[in-house]
Amino acid sequence: MFGTEMAPFVIFFVAALLAAVTHGWLRGAIMLAAPILGAINLWMTSEGSYWGVSLLDFELNILRVDRLAILFGYLFHLAAFIAIVYSLHLRDRMQQTASMLYAGSALGAVFAGDLLTLFVFWELLAITSVFLIWARRTTQSYHAGMRYLLFQVISGLLLLGGIIAYAHFSGSIVFDEIGLSGLHGWLIFIALGIKCGFPFLHNWLTDGYPEATPTGTVFLSAFTTKVAIYALARGYPGTELLVYIGAAMTCFPIFFAVIENDLRRVLAYSLINQLGFMVVGIGIGTALAINGAVAHAFNDVIFKGLLFMSMGAVLHVTGKINGSELGGLYKTMPKTTILCIIGAASISAFPLFSGFVSKSMIMSAALNNDHTWVWLMLLFASAGVFHHAGIKIPYFAFFAHDSGIRAKEPPLNMLLAMTIAATLCITIGIFPDLLYQLLPYDMDYNPYDATHVLAQTQLLFFSALAFVWLNLYKMYPPELKSVNLEVDWLYRRLIPRTLQRLADVKDVCVQQMSRVSARHLPQLTNYLSKYYAPQGILAKTSSTGTAVMWIMLMLLAYLLISLY
Amino acid sequence: MKTEKQYLFDNPKNIKRVLHGLYICCALLVVLDFVINRKVYHSWENLWAFYPIYGFVGCVVLVFVARWMRVLLMRDEDYYDPPESTEVSESSEGDKHVRD
Repeated sequence: MFGTEMAPFVIFFVAALLAAVTHGWLRGAIMLAAPILGAINLWMTSEGSYWGVSLLDFELNILRVDRLAILFGYLFHLAAFIAIVYSLHLRDRMQQTASMLYAGSALGAVFAGDLLTLFVFWELLAITSVFLIWARRTTQSYHAGMRYLLFQVISGLLLLGGIIAYAHFSGSIVFDEIGLSGLHGWLIFIALGIKCGFPFLHNWLTDGYPEATPTGTVFLSAFTTKVAIYALARGYPGTELLVYIGAAMTCFPIFFAVIENDLRRVLAYSLINQLGFMVVGIGIGTALAINGAVAHAFNDVIFKGLLFMSMGAVLHVTGKINGSELGGLYKTMPKTTILCIIGAASISAFPLFSGFVSKSMIMSAALNNDHTWVWLMLLFASAGVFHHAGIKIPYFAFFAHDSGIRAKEPPLNMLLAMTIAATLCITIGIFPDLLYQLLPYDMDYNPYDATHVLAQTQLLFFSALAFVWLNLYKMYPPELKSVNLEVDWLYRRLIPRTLQRLADVKDVCVQQMSRVSARHLPQLTNYLSKYYAPQGILAKTSSTGTAVMWIMLMLLAYLLISLY
Repeated sequence: MKTEKQYLFDNPKNIKRVLHGLYICCALLVVLDFVINRKVYHSWENLWAFYPIYGFVGCVVLVFVARWMRVLLMRDEDYYDPPESTEVSESSEGDKHVRD
């Protein structure tokens, strides 16, 4: 039952409540205190199950602390801290409260020991996060938020359906390995897949995230998808299907990222690409692969957060985020430029930056387990991610053609948050053991041998060479004001248009029918009245004698025919 | 703004320097391939300059496919949102989100 242990989400929810009723620097201080107190609380909590509650026939376990959950717990505290520092300049009650509730929900989900508790926080994640999109307060963001919420709610419903089937099947709702057996396995799998950005289910991410506020996107990029990765790592480790889904996720977004104009949408695509690496790791399921996936999730939150922060800073100070409208910002924003480049180097997995170790763990695991084609796809995706996130983002925002914008550096708190993230990127890159001793499995893996370092550096430098070559010979697709058709075309254009067409066809049919009837109805009435009206020929009554005469004549004819 | 300050890459020489630095690094990395005796996990890694060629060709293919995708998939910026609705959003955009 309830012990002295405090569930991490409670601290954030209380802080959210306090943030809602305070303002100014006091609100900022309360928000900053939450992740710090939370981390101390987590540090003092030992592994085990707490907060057990009986509900109907089921045992709920609201706080389960084990190695996997603790790692994500620390990660979310860290991400929340950085994002809160980044958003300290805000004076927006709704957005700041929602972001605290959102971070708390993510913590609730990773420490949930049973599926029902997971479901509750799963839905809270959806509801609290959509306010970060709506906080932009534009028509576009309102609609994008609605589409985002639709996907999240479908994911929640599938999860609930899966949980009911699972409870029926196994008689328990403990959240442990589930596997793809039976209906419950598939329902939960797809529910997690939506939040994880599986191909064709990913559109809420690339649609919603770029429409959020500059600070909101930083929160969004940290939590929802990583909760899904955590849930997959717990429920479906070693599911082979995940290897192929993950490989597809690493590759398809990079094509869209190359031609996308909105730089935060480019980052949303590269977020799916990075999630793909984690999904592959979970699918392989060996200790090295799972460790790689979890470590990559940890690193991704920080370097993707850093990139989203730098682009958010650009949006904040210039009001623009399209590559076609930016350029030359390095002149007046050198600090932001350097911080962005550190994030870009980390996501590209340059040696001595954080992405390098975790990514090479997953790639080595793919090779060790004879997934040669998957390994080639991951290698291609690594080159591709450098191309679009590593070079394209800093190049088009800060260099390229001079847009003439001479914006100042962003506020101090934004710079500070980015500096913290950048320091972490480099620290984890140089001293990987700091992070790697926290991983769920013990292992002995040395990424900094000549083989890995040389191979990765060659791959990256020649990708850069390809970029330079394509750019010099004007073969690189320029940034253009445009939208690219995607899966969302199905439900933003095809289905509404089809329904519209069907409605039009119905209207035309009804009109046609009334026109035809208007023309032909009088004729029909004339015809009918001619023959069937009282004076009409067919309405005349004839006497019985006439009828008898006709029958007699017919019988006579019959007799004559039969005679011959 | 004729008297605007000259920044680092306003001077074409500096761009040249960066590019030459990149070329030299690339050449060095290929040479290192012969010097360093690396562990090989897969037979393809034994092919001559496997990683450099894979990285270069991969990126070129990526860009060409993406360019081709543009022909098929690119639409006007206001494809989904008719102009009148974007006008409304533009007027309400800006720093509004930072206010209480």
